[in-house]
Amino acid sequence: MAKVTLIEALTMAMAWEMKHDNSVVVLGEDVGVNGGVFRATAGLQEQFGKDRVIDTPLAEALIVGISIGMATQGLKPIAEIQFSGFIYPAFDQITNHAGRIRTRTRGRMHVPMVVRAPSGGGIHAPEHHSESNEALFAHTPGVRVVMPSSPKRAYGLLLASIRDPDPVIFLEPTRLYRMNKQEVEDNGEALPLDTCFVLREGTDVTLVSWGAMIHETLLAAQEMEKEGVSCEVIDLATVSPIDYETILDSVEKTGRLVIIHEAPKTAGLGAEIAAEVADQALFSLEAPIVRVTGYDTPMPLFKLEHDYMPSVARVLKGIRRVLED
Amino acid sequence: MKTVAKFEIKYLQYLDPDGKPVQKTLPKFAQDVNELVEMYKKMSFVRVFDAKAIALQRTGQLGTYASCLGHEAIHVGIGLAMIPEDVFCPMYREYGAQFERGVQPHEVLLFWGGDERGNNFSGPKHDFPWAVPIATQNHHATGAAFALKYQGKKAASVSVIGDGGTSQGDFYESLNCAGAWKLPTVFVIANNKWAISVPLEIQTACETLAQKAIAGGFEGIQVDGNDIIAMRDAMEKALDKARNGGGPTLIEALTYRLSDHTTADDARRYRKEEEVQENWAKEPLIRLRKYLESLGAWDDAKEEAWKAECAARVDEEVQKYKAAGKPPVESMFDHMFANMPEDLLKQREQAIEEAKHHG
Ligand SMILES: Cc1ncc(C[n+]2csc(CCOP(=O)(O)OP(=O)(O)O)c2C)c(N)n1
Ligand SMILES: [Mg+2]
Repeated sequence: MAKVTLIEALTMAMAWEMKHDNSVVVLGEDVGVNGGVFRATAGLQEQFGKDRVIDTPLAEALIVGISIGMATQGLKPIAEIQFSGFIYPAFDQITNHAGRIRTRTRGRMHVPMVVRAPSGGGIHAPEHHSESNEALFAHTPGVRVVMPSSPKRAYGLLLASIRDPDPVIFLEPTRLYRMNKQEVEDNGEALPLDTCFVLREGTDVTLVSWGAMIHETLLAAQEMEKEGVSCEVIDLATVSPIDYETILDSVEKTGRLVIIHEAPKTAGLGAEIAAEVADQALFSLEAPIVRVTGYDTPMPLFKLEHDYMPSVARVLKGIRRVLED
Repeated sequence: MKTVAKFEIKYLQYLDPDGKPVQKTLPKFAQDVNELVEMYKKMSFVRVFDAKAIALQRTGQLGTYASCLGHEAIHVGIGLAMIPEDVFCPMYREYGAQFERGVQPHEVLLFWGGDERGNNFSGPKHDFPWAVPIATQNHHATGAAFALKYQGKKAASVSVIGDGGTSQGDFYESLNCAGAWKLPTVFVIANNKWAISVPLEIQTACETLAQKAIAGGFEGIQVDGNDIIAMRDAMEKALDKARNGGGPTLIEALTYRLSDHTTADDARRYRKEEEVQENWAKEPLIRLRKYLESLGAWDDAKEEAWKAECAARVDEEVQKYKAAGKPPVESMFDHMFANMPEDLLKQREQAIEEAKHHG
């Protein structure tokens, strides 16, 4: 079994599915000969040809719009948006069409499309290359939003997303692309969507996070362990719709909840989870729910990006706060 | 069937790649040899700066940087044709134009060095910062042109976009609007044949990008973008027309991206070295230098002396860039609103506190 990075796992998943299902096509800017600016589609055009791995004209509304056209007619497009900060021209297509076609046509048509986009900060990238905008899509009815946090989950969740009959916005944390390697079996086995993954079991505090922040969250949990505090770490993975059952079960056990995300605080997914937990499990809570998030500012250029993104220290502070009461 | 419309696209060039004039008379500014020497020196400075910026990135002292190698004639030509009252809406590599407008080289380095202060550059306060989201600047130029016209100012806006950028809806929408409203604006397409790894044939089936102006209802011309005389002349004429109520012009400037797309790119993956070498023979500096040498206005000694002067000036700028240090953490918040909301103020305090502890 090969040890691969998260980005190699994505390539493996796409190659597997293209080999086994010729309705799958890949399209986007620089995905062909260049293999994508992050190399996620490296080698795919050589293997599957220009008809199936398509360099498009430079236009995001076009990329997602034609993917919808393809998807409704029997294809399964995987569209790559070069960075999530450039997805906005496609927002119209995602909100007004991808998320609605099934409902509008009373199920007559549907959109089995995946829109992949790198997201998040921490890689010293230029302006507009480091945004965390998953909440915008989570707020869009009719689309799933998935964010993997390890090579294995990247492989299994991307396969599931391609096979899902509905649109998936698949946001890939650039900071994790090459951070760690993991053994991933290239067996075409998907992981379930719409469910959280408990990465670490614990009894004192529940930590909920997703994407790249899983890294800081796990480090913080290790750190707390030294102090005798047992943290349960939950990776949301499908950030919309949210698997509340896993979270509520955990909170009932620990009585304390910290939600960690890199995206801005206001109207972020942390607020959503906190509201639902307060609604469903208020009397299980022994302390107010704490959020550790990015600030409500534009993602700063990279000299300040680490001041913006929650650090392990900030996560620890959040955990200590929830333990106070 | 009868023909109801036809169009043609003109091509402008004064100096061929060997530095030989291809037209009987040069524009007035180009009849002054001292002026031509100045133009050469400006392009040469940009190239020295560009090489230094790449070297800084390669040694870990700068973030990803978008080189302008090969685009010097387009950029300096634009800068020289504009007046301070005009509004400039760049994409991300037009340093040669911006230096003419007062932007300081260290400010360019700040931007690519991950520091927002680079966007608050010197020069006209109404000029837009770099626009990384492709083609968005075309709309700003169109709106700015409306404002200039509305306010009765004798000025115009100028936007620059790449060949790849012409595939975006924003590009067509702004052409359409500027044409319909006869706005004082000049759209420049810096056609360097590549959009990262995507060649022009994948963007369009059109023979020229200049003809995109036809759909906007105004004139589009093609210019040798490696010929600074042609570039400046075309810009001056288009700006003059715009400032005097003649409406927009589209200028497709033909050049070639001699560098990687940015320092994060490796162009060897997708294009042939021969193609790059062929284009080195057409690049903008050599042809003007040859012409100046033929006039006895430039020689190796002058070249060497000027290069040394450029290097010294660039070094000073690099020092300024390095001396800037890290911006204060609160600067993330301080420029968001004229009146800062209460909760943001709290977050600002928190960020300052965090920075103190974990710096
Ligand atoms: C909306 C948007 N999509 C994608 C990108 C990523 N990107 C940056 S530059 C570039 C290619 C631009 O090519 P072109 O317009 O020809 O300009 P050039 O870089 O060649 O000067 C792409 C795809 C972006 N910056 N903005
Ligand atoms: Mg280009």
